[in-house]
Amino acid sequence: MKTKFTTDTKLESEIAYFQNINLKLESGDIIDSFKLAFKTYGKLNADKTNAILVCHALTGDQYVAGNNPITGREGWWSRMVGPNKPIDTNKFFVICSNVLGGCAGSTGPKELQNESDVAYGGNFPSVTIKDMVKAQSLLIENLNIEKLFSVIGGSMGAMQALQWAIDFPDKILNIIHIAGALKHSAQNIAFHEVGRQAIMSDPIWKNGKYFENNEVPERGLSVARMIAHITYLSENAMHRKFGRKLQSRDIISFGFDADFQVESYLRYQGKSFVERFDANSYLYLTRAMDYFDHDETFRKNIEFSHNPNNHLKYLIVSFTSDWLFPTIESKMIVNQLNSLSREVSFLEIDTDKGHDSFLLEEPQLDDVIKGFLTNNFAKIDE
Amino acid sequence: MNKINSIRKDWSLIETLIAEDRKILDIGCGDGGLMEQLENNRNAITHGIELNRDLAANAIARGFNVVHGNAELDLSQYSNNSFDYVILSQTLQAMMKPKDILSELLRIGSKAIVSFPNFGHWKIRLQLLISGRMPVTESLPYTWYDTPNIHFFTIKDFLNLCNEMNIVIEKSIGLTSKGKQFDISESITGVNFFTHEAIFLLSYKNFEPIKIKSSKKVFAKNSVIAN
Repeated sequence: MKTKFTTDTKLESEIAYFQNINLKLESGDIIDSFKLAFKTYGKLNADKTNAILVCHALTGDQYVAGNNPITGREGWWSRMVGPNKPIDTNKFFVICSNVLGGCAGSTGPKELQNESDVAYGGNFPSVTIKDMVKAQSLLIENLNIEKLFSVIGGSMGAMQALQWAIDFPDKILNIIHIAGALKHSAQNIAFHEVGRQAIMSDPIWKNGKYFENNEVPERGLSVARMIAHITYLSENAMHRKFGRKLQSRDIISFGFDADFQVESYLRYQGKSFVERFDANSYLYLTRAMDYFDHDETFRKNIEFSHNPNNHLKYLIVSFTSDWLFPTIESKMIVNQLNSLSREVSFLEIDTDKGHDSFLLEEPQLDDVIKGFLTNNFAKIDE
Repeated sequence: MNKINSIRKDWSLIETLIAEDRKILDIGCGDGGLMEQLENNRNAITHGIELNRDLAANAIARGFNVVHGNAELDLSQYSNNSFDYVILSQTLQAMMKPKDILSELLRIGSKAIVSFPNFGHWKIRLQLLISGRMPVTESLPYTWYDTPNIHFFTIKDFLNLCNEMNIVIEKSIGLTSKGKQFDISESITGVNFFTHEAIFLLSYKNFEPIKIKSSKKVFAKNSVIAN
């Protein structure tokens, strides 16, 4: 096994290559070599006690803050991570890596298959949240960080944070779990399936081999994004933002143009998504979320873990208008932790912004994250 | 660590009832004031439940283990005897089912600390007697139609309920309206009249196992048990 670190100037990312590592996946498949693209913010302190791993959501990437060279826009959580921000990079060393199976520089269906000149496409093995976390743990290990102070994530990022608590409790001190659940619900799987069907029924998809002709199944992928985007909002937020307002005319067209602002908004969301995300990656990552299920096993895993996990602190946050990962799902985690007398804090934030709230302006979210990190860090610093 | 002075009189009394290094659940913990005091002064490990969202958020931001939720719905998730003390301060009268809550406190904790305003205080009795209307006082400052306090009871009522539920009162402290402190169990006459606020340390009665004597080696016979 050999690990090599380089910098990709085009991606403005660090790349960690894990060569001949034979990473065994949950499916039983083995990836002999892989790479992870990652970014770091702030400085690791001398005792290496201030490292925080931020886990991104389904369509996120390693660009938490600063410039994202793929979109040309600010990082997806730049309002949360940075100097003097709630996750303060003056104080903490923040790491974020693109997940295994992703499409922002880490090994995934878009990347070339083991030094050949053909991309994986549909030959990429199925990855799970557990596999992503295993890959991340190798990265952390190779950065010579023995213990992460915190693992933080929303949505699919929350799933990863929970998986860290299950698989590597000895390597972390606390997790912040936002808008997540013990399992992906039937309704969530259903929405993902509609998205995948949209991609796979696009004639350009060609069983995942669209890249051979330098094509992209734009229609399918953008429809998938439009459906998903609806699930990230709430009815109230949509009404507040768009109502029944018309796009650019005073009269309706009696046709199928985007008369309504909400239609035009969704079309724009779909279109801009296609420019930055790989369709095959979308299939693989939605599948990874679908397979996530700790409903029956979480309590047992925490209670009878091989690794001591009694020291772990949990901050669980949900949002009132999140119908994709509703509060009841978060409370199940809280209940199970409380029944085991674990140190858990829980807050349901009142907002109408839906599942996407964790990415948006929510002062109470900022306050609890900042306070939780600062106070718990002060305790280990004593 | 520096000792913290109590902001509230009842908190300093609650502190005196608690031993060092214990695990505590504070129900209705607000922004964690009492938790902070007990962590500092008693080296306690504290957990809290708070119904009010903003207070819960404050407590979490201050670094305490606090679950935003409703004690009447959420207490069932805690395991038997998972805390040394469970504290319910000034809230029993606002509960839908005070009796159920009381038994939950002693299921989760080996001991419970309960404090409440005494509805038997002479000022309250006098108000009702003279004005003929529901009393409004400093400790019970709400009008009848918008009060969170839905179950009024006196010290006598509380003692009767404890007796009925086989709950032992280990310690009891009364406060007069002027803040004078006394031991409720020692001053019997007039206690229910003068106590403004009461604080109780509770636990369950320990029953001696029934010993069966019999010359024959029969483990249990109906007639023996009946005796």
